[in-house]
Amino acid sequence: MIRDITIGQYMPGNSFLHKMDARSKIVLTFAFILAIFFCKNFWSLGLMVLLSAVLVPVSRVPVRSVLRSLRPLIFILLFTAVLNLFYTKSGNVLWSWRFLTLTDKGLYTAVFMAVRILALVAVSTLLTFTTTPTDLTDGIERLLSPLKAVKVPVHSLAMMMTLALRFIPTLIEEIDRIMSAQKARGADLETGGFVRRAKALLPILIPLFVSSFRRAYDLAFAMECRCYRGGEGRTRMRQMRFTVRDGAACGVFALVIAGVAVLNFFFKPLI
Amino acid sequence: MAVLEVQGLTHLYGAKTARETAAVQDVDLRIEPGELLGVIGHTGSGKSTLIQHFNALLTPTRGQVLLDGADVNRDKQSRREARFRVGLCFQYPEYQLFEETVYKDISFGPANMQLPKDEIDRRVRTAAAFVGLDESLLEKSPFDLSGGEKRRAAIAGVMAMEPEILVLDEPTAGLDPRGRERILDMILRYRRETGSTVVLVSHSMEDIARVATRALVMNRSRAVMQGTVGEVFARGEELLQMGLDVPASTRIFLELRQRGVPVQTDVYTAAQGVDAFLRLLGKEARA
Ligand SMILES: Nc1ncnc2c1ncn2[C@@H]1O[C@H](COP(=O)(O)OP(=O)(O)O)[C@@H](O)[C@H]1O
Ligand SMILES: [Mg+2]
Repeated sequence: MIRDITIGQYMPGNSFLHKMDARSKIVLTFAFILAIFFCKNFWSLGLMVLLSAVLVPVSRVPVRSVLRSLRPLIFILLFTAVLNLFYTKSGNVLWSWRFLTLTDKGLYTAVFMAVRILALVAVSTLLTFTTTPTDLTDGIERLLSPLKAVKVPVHSLAMMMTLALRFIPTLIEEIDRIMSAQKARGADLETGGFVRRAKALLPILIPLFVSSFRRAYDLAFAMECRCYRGGEGRTRMRQMRFTVRDGAACGVFALVIAGVAVLNFFFKPLI
Repeated sequence: MAVLEVQGLTHLYGAKTARETAAVQDVDLRIEPGELLGVIGHTGSGKSTLIQHFNALLTPTRGQVLLDGADVNRDKQSRREARFRVGLCFQYPEYQLFEETVYKDISFGPANMQLPKDEIDRRVRTAAAFVGLDESLLEKSPFDLSGGEKRRAAIAGVMAMEPEILVLDEPTAGLDPRGRERILDMILRYRRETGSTVVLVSHSMEDIARVATRALVMNRSRAVMQGTVGEVFARGEELLQMGLDVPASTRIFLELRQRGVPVQTDVYTAAQGVDAFLRLLGKEARA
């Protein structure tokens, strides 16, 4: 059933990563993604992979869940691997057949790219596993707040994101209900060609839009009744604080970056 | 023979996941032709889940639903047939309206049944008359109707399918006393004139007491009582223990009984209450 879809994959927990400030997690995740693109050989890449491998037990997210979130990548991984394998023409030829040639360099590049993508996605997944959507949007809002100086409506954008996330489960429930109601009136959503199916969606989409507008209107009204006037001068119920924990995490990360730089320097670059 | 029979029905939502909830457990039920069955129970007791099995919208986790003795979940064809033979009107049905005009919206169901045009027209007009929607409203947009009118238009949309069994999920929810009376009267008249079987889900005891012939009480996903309305309200104390309400007249007689007055307690309408009082006074006068 449509309700079984879960959006956002936050897993409640109490680990080091869960307790970190959302802002430092977001910044460090981006830094990780950048750093992994600066890895030039298997040694520095290995260090980054080691870091992600350590982060999984630290987050106390079950390894199975992390692996499951990597599963949709299989296709992309295979695709890039095949491209890298056969489009790299330099290096020693290992095998060739008609227009296909496989070189050792191609092989290394394929593996290197695949590992890079896996580590990158695994770490970003940990961010969403250990941070609630609310904290995530809050964090993004704080981080982007300097843009307010150039008139970017950061607060409104963040509020929109929060509300959108909040209403996804509600909408799913609503779709479920409307679908059942129309099916009870004999609506047939499963058979027929494209045009027929598109037409069959109308009895679901129209009530959905109508009720979404009503909901949006009610919500806006309720917010105004509580004197919501946007971000100006608003204080927060839950303050975000950098703690020793965030300092320590940044320190460890800085060490890893230094390690990457050293390894890049001392070992032959692969790409 | 029962027109609809439910045997050992259990429904689990999110089966085999962490969020598994048993919404309906081991329910047995027989609905006889022509009766008006009231289904009572708290919010979350499984009423809506139960009735969505009647027209095969939900598939039982265990047990089965028989329509005229045949399993409704045999195949796709039987499921589709069940949709038309058992007309189900959801709670707050006004949120399912979508067409340009009320007329078109009411004809959505009959049109899905692939009926000829003049038959659809007849059904739409009959259904609109049953729910008391004026002909002049039929060409209006459903979104321009008042709340009560929208509700009645949506109910007409199900009635127009002329189902053998009409199932209404809390049709009076959120209406003022006048609107409620109107809907209940409408249901009674519909049943009298068409002779259809009706299932009315409600958490209002007064509603059930007023219109139902038989009642099913759901509590925490189980069917805990079943019988004529008199039989069910005679067990008023148990209902109160479940945290359910009983009609005001039943409560008066329960209280009298508790204070040692020898009265029967299967009283559930004001008229019955008056009769019972007169009998009681008559007895005392003779004594
Ligand atoms: N689509 C659904 N998915 C998961 N749980 C549900 C769903 N619908 C109802 N439930 C749960 O099943 C139980 C029974 O609900 P319901 O049949 O709607 O009861 P009622 O109509 O008596 O209020 C409740 O605990 C409810 O939370
Ligand atoms: Mg319900």
